[in-house]
Amino acid sequence: MGQPVTSYTPNEMMTVAASRALRNEDVCFVGIGMPSAASNLARLTHAPGITLIYESGTIATRPDVLPLSIGDGELCDTALTTVAVPEMFRYWLQGGRMTVGFLGGAQIDRFANLNTTVVGPYDKPKVRLPGGGGAPEIATACGEIFIIMAQSKRSFVAKLDFITSMGHGEGGDHRARLGLKTKGPTKLVTDLCVFEPDPQTREMTVTSVHPGVTREQINENTGWPVRYAATVAETKPPTVDELTVLRELHARTKRAHEAAA
Amino acid sequence: MARFLSLVEAVQSNVRDGDTVAMEGFTHLIPHAAGHEIIRQQRKHLTLIRMTPDLIYDQLIGMGCVDKVVFSWGGNPGVGSLHRFRDAVENHWPQPLAIEEHSHAAMANAYEAGAAGLPLAVFRGYIGVDLPKVNPKIKRLTCPFTGEELAAVPSHRPDVAVIHALRADREGNVMLEGIVGVQKEAVLAAKRSIVTVEEVVDDFGPRNLNAVILPHWTVDAVTTVPGGAYPSYAQGYYKRDNAFYIAWDKIARERDTFLAWMKENVLEQGPEVFVAHVRKTLAVAE
Repeated sequence: MGQPVTSYTPNEMMTVAASRALRNEDVCFVGIGMPSAASNLARLTHAPGITLIYESGTIATRPDVLPLSIGDGELCDTALTTVAVPEMFRYWLQGGRMTVGFLGGAQIDRFANLNTTVVGPYDKPKVRLPGGGGAPEIATACGEIFIIMAQSKRSFVAKLDFITSMGHGEGGDHRARLGLKTKGPTKLVTDLCVFEPDPQTREMTVTSVHPGVTREQINENTGWPVRYAATVAETKPPTVDELTVLRELHARTKRAHEAAA
Repeated sequence: MARFLSLVEAVQSNVRDGDTVAMEGFTHLIPHAAGHEIIRQQRKHLTLIRMTPDLIYDQLIGMGCVDKVVFSWGGNPGVGSLHRFRDAVENHWPQPLAIEEHSHAAMANAYEAGAAGLPLAVFRGYIGVDLPKVNPKIKRLTCPFTGEELAAVPSHRPDVAVIHALRADREGNVMLEGIVGVQKEAVLAAKRSIVTVEEVVDDFGPRNLNAVILPHWTVDAVTTVPGGAYPSYAQGYYKRDNAFYIAWDKIARERDTFLAWMKENVLEQGPEVFVAHVRKTLAVAE
């Protein structure tokens, strides 16, 4: 496994902590970017049997390098099977086959609702973001949702400009009142800590703080008064194995994406 | 009935000013060469439908061909914004751009409903989110059997569907494999269709017996454009040029660098440049 790794970046801690949330038996609908890195890290470490599904229709894919887009050829080449996009959304997502949906976002609020649509008013946006893509239905159809996002006051906001996909809505039993039987966001992993929903209010509450991170840092990078669980754990630092696999994955990916052109 | 045409003729005879056009391909098989031909023929006032607008719609929007986009995810995948799309929405350059925004599930269902000849698509979606507040085409209806509230959107019925496929045979039957996206649905939902292909073969030969094949009587124009999906890809022919997708961010960020690139690489070129792109990509990869 090479030399022991003594230092790691906050981004690596975030990806590793997020990957640990996935289980070997999960069927995971994977978003592009950080969710994809964390999901593949899980597959290459503690969860070799995990089924990763991308919305391009690739089922049980085992990419050697991380895809830049949601439909790189690598995903199709290494998939068990590839289905058309309407089938993916109708049978596999809406049909309730996914145990976990793994999402990122541009903005999040304390109930883990996500905005990837606009900053500012919808009709006169300050920043036009890409939009929802698969997320609005992933957020309600998957058994539970994991979210991975780097923390800052700009991205962790008191009020979203737009709700692109629903987390716990206004909190409490909001999801149940809308007829949803799925759990919604059960884990929010950041570069500073891990949040989980409070059992009653469903507000995202810090349950684990990454090594070396202070509560002041967390508070300063969150746009609402942060709540902490009665017992807050310290996140286990990345192991040598996790870091080695992650770094090799990123290095292979970088080489592959910089080829050509 | 499929006619073998040049790309110039295929666009001339099938795409008109003011048409609703669906150019599909979910990351794979995006019809870039056909998009460039529409730009060269200076089509105006188009309504473009596409799940993931991608570089091809960034180019059409930036060149002033488009009045409205119907879409569900408008970004450069894994890279960032589509700068021309954003400039049109945020600053109305080069002209105002109307948007009709959906989720992927809604768009995929709307294509399928269009192919099925239905007026609307019904699905479980848009729960607890804001899009229905800004898109009046998103409605709710109640299941008459269970009472469950479901989402409904109108089906997609484009005037023209434009896709890139792997191969056609001499009759004009066309074949796709790999990530097949919503192309079959888009063609069957549309009044007319253009298919660019990597090559025309005497016989499809050994193939997956469940490969997506559109019979020649479902498409209007078939045209051979090797490399026609570049910088997207064609399974078994060439890979996605991810480095170009990354480079596009810088090209499209400013209006003048965008216009200069379009002049040099689109307006002053023809469909034949696509095969050269692919050769260059393959040479570097080896």
